[in-house]
Amino acid sequence: MLNKDQIAQRIAKEVKNGQYINLGIGIPTLVANYIPDDLEVVLQSENGLLGIGPFPTEDKVDPDLINAGKQTITMTKGSALFSSAESFAMIRGGHVQLTILGAMEVSENGDIANWKIPGKMVKGMGGAMDLVASADNIIVAMQHCSKDGQSKLLKECSLPITGIRCVKKIVTDLAVLDVLPEGGFKLLERAPGVSVEEIQSKTEGKLVVEGEIPEMTFEV
Amino acid sequence: MINKTVKNADEAVKDVFSNAVLMFGGFGLSGIPENSIKALLEKDLKDLTCISNNAGVDDFGIGLMLQKRMVKKMISSYVGENAEFERQLLSGELEVELIPQGTLAERVRAGGAGIPAFFTPAGVGTEVAEGKEIREFDGKLYLLERWLKADFAFVKAWKGDTAGNLVFKGTARNFNPMMAAAGKITIAEVEELVPAGELNPNEIHTPGIYVQRIFQGKDYEKRIEQRTVRK
Repeated sequence: MLNKDQIAQRIAKEVKNGQYINLGIGIPTLVANYIPDDLEVVLQSENGLLGIGPFPTEDKVDPDLINAGKQTITMTKGSALFSSAESFAMIRGGHVQLTILGAMEVSENGDIANWKIPGKMVKGMGGAMDLVASADNIIVAMQHCSKDGQSKLLKECSLPITGIRCVKKIVTDLAVLDVLPEGGFKLLERAPGVSVEEIQSKTEGKLVVEGEIPEMTFEV
Repeated sequence: MINKTVKNADEAVKDVFSNAVLMFGGFGLSGIPENSIKALLEKDLKDLTCISNNAGVDDFGIGLMLQKRMVKKMISSYVGENAEFERQLLSGELEVELIPQGTLAERVRAGGAGIPAFFTPAGVGTEVAEGKEIREFDGKLYLLERWLKADFAFVKAWKGDTAGNLVFKGTARNFNPMMAAAGKITIAEVEELVPAGELNPNEIHTPGIYVQRIFQGKDYEKRIEQRTVRK
């Protein structure tokens, strides 16, 4: 099984040179730590920044410079600042090419639910609905099962939907899977020590297994 | 040049009335109009509709207006981090409309730009789409969303001049420019107010035409919600 950092590390392999990327809160934020130094990518923060840098040192903390998780940040060289309207124009306009975000559930046709649990305090969807409605490539980082052991890869989402037919790839603690255009989760890789049978038993939606499924490898 | 300067926050908010629709710039606690909010708290106001991406925290920002029961309805995209908000919502004292952040930004932009409605892909297939017109363009579905306008818009900038021109700093810009345009009366507070002519016209973010009143703010706290540092 992968820990959160390993999920982030695996997702970082999907990043391509020259991409503009939006990282959600949680595991997706960790992906930034694993993007290889030889790739030039730009991270977008939907509150109005292209070019998120590392967290600041204590003497560089600036209340006027935060990310979408309200954390203090820095800017990289070549950054640009803009309004929220401009920010979502570049998101909806398809200029942000890759969105990586967390989810509570994903369905076999690529629907995602990640903003609301009935009966619990609703905090709001923030920018998630705009992001999933717009990016060409949407990768979900999440645990394969919920804390009480229920599969999060489903035939249909049971929670209120954030977006329909939008998720392209999922990286969980157990596996890497593509969401097929015709529906179904295509198993691509297994986490070290995890069997196809275990993944099958923990995937409620349609799992497509073709040939030998390789185990993930991590460079140290 | 028209001089938009008022003496202070109290004078700027003098005619705000109960039941008014108000907009507040800011993302989290970054770029919020701290001085105007403080001045509003001193007034006997109720049943306000507040349009703001977030609702502050319990003891700062719009959270303080919630504590004083001044707010009837919030229109926001994300309202976590606020226990009093949650209490009023669950008890039915407060009405809340949650909308996708980009839709909120564009509805406000449309309000200031004279565009009554527009189509967006955000929210298709979700409960946000309920009751809204859906139309297909080039094979993809979109929702019809309406503009948002306000009786008063409160914005905060880094620098401003007496003509109402504004310059923002960092990610404190966020919703402020669109809200400036969408208010019937827009009240701008700035960290540094300079005479008209001192700001570089090439570097103005919000032209003064959108601003009716401007004042020099004071005692900015600029609270940080998530102080994250590296060694």
